[in-house]
Amino acid sequence: MGGKSEPAKSESMATKPDLLITSFFSFKSLKLKTKQQELLLRISILGLVYILAFIARLFSVLRYESMIHEFDPYFNYRTTLFLTEKGFYEFWNWFDSESWYPLGRIIGGTLYPGLMVTAALIYWTLRFLRFFVHIREVCVLTAPFFASNTTLVAYFFGKELWDTGAGLVAAVLIAICPGYISRSVAGSYDNEAVAIFALLLTFYLFVKAVNTGSLAWALASAFGYFYMVSAWGGYVFIINLVPLYVLVLLITGRYSMRLYIAYNCMYILGMLLAMQIRFVGFQHVQSGEHMGAMGVFLLMQVFYFLDWVKYQLNDTKLFQTFLRITVTSAILVGGVAVGVGTASGYISPWTGRFYSLLDPTYAKDHIPIIASVSEHQPTAWSSFMFDYHILLFLFPAGLYFCFKRLTDATIFIVMYGLTSLYFAGVMVRLILVATPAVCLISAIAVSATIKNLTSLLRTKQKVSQTGSTKGAGSSKASSKVTLDQSQPFQKNGAIALLVGVFYLLSRYAIHCTWVTAEAYSSPSIVLAARGAHGNRIIFDDYREAYYWLRQNTATDAKIMSWWDYGYQITAMGNRTVIVDNNTWNNTHIATVGRAMSSYEDEAYDIMRSLDVNYVLVVFGGVTGYSSDDINKFLWMVRIGGGVFPVIKEPDYLVNGEFRVDKGASPKMLNCLMYKLCYYRFGELTTEYGKPPGYDRARGVEIGNKDIKLEHLEEAYTTSNWIVRIYRVKPPTNRL
Amino acid sequence: MARSSTSKDAQDLFHSLRSAYLSTPTNLKIIDLYVCFAVFTALIQVAYMALVGSFPFNSFLSGVLSCIGTAVLAVCLRIQVNKENKEFKDLAPERAFADFVLCNLVLHLVIINFLG
Repeated sequence: MGGKSEPAKSESMATKPDLLITSFFSFKSLKLKTKQQELLLRISILGLVYILAFIARLFSVLRYESMIHEFDPYFNYRTTLFLTEKGFYEFWNWFDSESWYPLGRIIGGTLYPGLMVTAALIYWTLRFLRFFVHIREVCVLTAPFFASNTTLVAYFFGKELWDTGAGLVAAVLIAICPGYISRSVAGSYDNEAVAIFALLLTFYLFVKAVNTGSLAWALASAFGYFYMVSAWGGYVFIINLVPLYVLVLLITGRYSMRLYIAYNCMYILGMLLAMQIRFVGFQHVQSGEHMGAMGVFLLMQVFYFLDWVKYQLNDTKLFQTFLRITVTSAILVGGVAVGVGTASGYISPWTGRFYSLLDPTYAKDHIPIIASVSEHQPTAWSSFMFDYHILLFLFPAGLYFCFKRLTDATIFIVMYGLTSLYFAGVMVRLILVATPAVCLISAIAVSATIKNLTSLLRTKQKVSQTGSTKGAGSSKASSKVTLDQSQPFQKNGAIALLVGVFYLLSRYAIHCTWVTAEAYSSPSIVLAARGAHGNRIIFDDYREAYYWLRQNTATDAKIMSWWDYGYQITAMGNRTVIVDNNTWNNTHIATVGRAMSSYEDEAYDIMRSLDVNYVLVVFGGVTGYSSDDINKFLWMVRIGGGVFPVIKEPDYLVNGEFRVDKGASPKMLNCLMYKLCYYRFGELTTEYGKPPGYDRARGVEIGNKDIKLEHLEEAYTTSNWIVRIYRVKPPTNRL
Repeated sequence: MARSSTSKDAQDLFHSLRSAYLSTPTNLKIIDLYVCFAVFTALIQVAYMALVGSFPFNSFLSGVLSCIGTAVLAVCLRIQVNKENKEFKDLAPERAFADFVLCNLVLHLVIINFLG
């Protein structure tokens, strides 16, 4: 290889003046071999994709500022801050008394530390290199950074599945796919930011282990699994998909020694590593969701032992007797163990969160808190189209190619794709988990099609039928081209199809950029709207309210609000809250729900029992903001009513309809939430031509304008009336 | 009649297994012995747990899983070193053993952390 480039170099030296001029302009004069050119091309493409994945997620930083979005990321930010200030030991053993008053929360034992530890490590590395950045900047940019890393893993995974072309296309597709961008924009400092990287990494390492049969790769996949377990509760998907894959391979007879090595090493080491996370604890041996993995592990031991005995015996008759004895005893023992375990309750059944994936109607009837989260609703086709665009029809095409060339790796990706798409159909949030599979399979379709089309183009003057039949046969589109067609038509057809493919991909890129810019880059803590003259108006009411709390209330004040805002209040307002987004205690949340939906006197008793000092409500009537507490009110009633039967949902409805105008039910017009939201609102004119007290979010004039508060007084209302804070008055003295 | 035929079958089975096993190379037999030792230790631990109860559970789990883990890793080593396995014929046995040692090292480090 080196010998051939030597004479080229001496040649260029000899004709120096000539080539010196052209060497600046001509790439060919570098005399790179094709392999080296290809390598350079690949590296530069990957580099560009890496940068693209990062900068595509920076819209909200450019438009607003570098801040943390949404609700859950504020908790993650607060814990990361704590970790960097106090150190790992304090973090691991942290008991937080500032939330869930008066219960407190064992944060060290109830969170997934992967994200916080990752951000803290990046922060400490940067500080070591003398870049003194604030931890908030690191937190905001963690998600785009890991999205870039995911594109690299997608490239290697695609290379493992199909070839380097598919890897490159997969990297590009996943860099801008809206399904992934939605949860990994800059500022979305949530577990999924790191978890999708860990998920894809674990799957890639496992497939690599199965393909090579090396213990080292299986160990790496165990570490990948450990990282995934530390990052997100969705690791249950891995611990169920991998055994399912092993089972499918065993049943279809494609098993081999490599599978044994890969799965066993990953299972044992992965399980042990996973149990180091306090939140996961002993679930790998006690919870019903993890029993599939253990069952497959034991099945594998039996299966391979029988295989070994069969090989040793070389005699089918004797082996049959042995087989009969072993299989019956194994099934008996296994059945008895599972039966005893489940019946005695030692093996806990599937928890509500995951059971509602198998039975989507379960949550609506039994667990209103899970049903109330908007991300847990079933997915509409429009969401699929919005998040995937052309990948939606490239996915079946990719499945076709995978089935044509079935290997251990393609079987895995097909299973991953199908199971994750099923779950994505059950819950909107899980589109994120399906995105890597959809991108990889679509990449296979795109790469295979383009390869076939370009190979058609490249068949020069060869009239050989074998070459073109191979190309024509495997490409869906050109199969329509018959062999009798002359060369030019085939070539023109291929060129036309290539142009079509490139047009589709460019539309995909345009769609993804538009979706990212318009839909997925809002911080949701800062709202924006267009003014009458087209200028942008920013509503920063949330932060205004939280800073008011921080600066104007006593340090030990307790704030009661609906659980959505708990994390933000503790992180930005630095005050104790009654309930927050962790939602671990349903009764406590139901108590708050009951207080919000009762008359003021009963609510006052509940608030006194909880030592509440301030009540915070979110109201969108002045601005037309539709995610306010009045629109969430029915969920408060349902959750409260689920624990306290005194709260009945029909009391708040009129003919099954939820109304806040004159025709609303009397209980609705006098409950605490209504009073707190609409206090003094009856005097306000919100829109030209409408009567005072016109609620812009509901589009009606409110029913009860003359509101008097007896036990609470208004403490603060933000400039656009979005957040309203009330002080709970101490009980009056006896007269 | 049936019982004597099954016992005869069992005896035949036992004899043929024994004769087939005697022909395996010594290094594989050493690995098999190690696997049996590990599984036996695990069984002793389970019996002890049945006697005295499972508190603290993490210590019990770490003890049992270290035995099962090292047994499984030894089986993987045996698979990779066995000359009759066509898939691994170009894998150097030193590399297989190095992987085995590395995985065992990780296993036991995690066990020591988990032991409590």
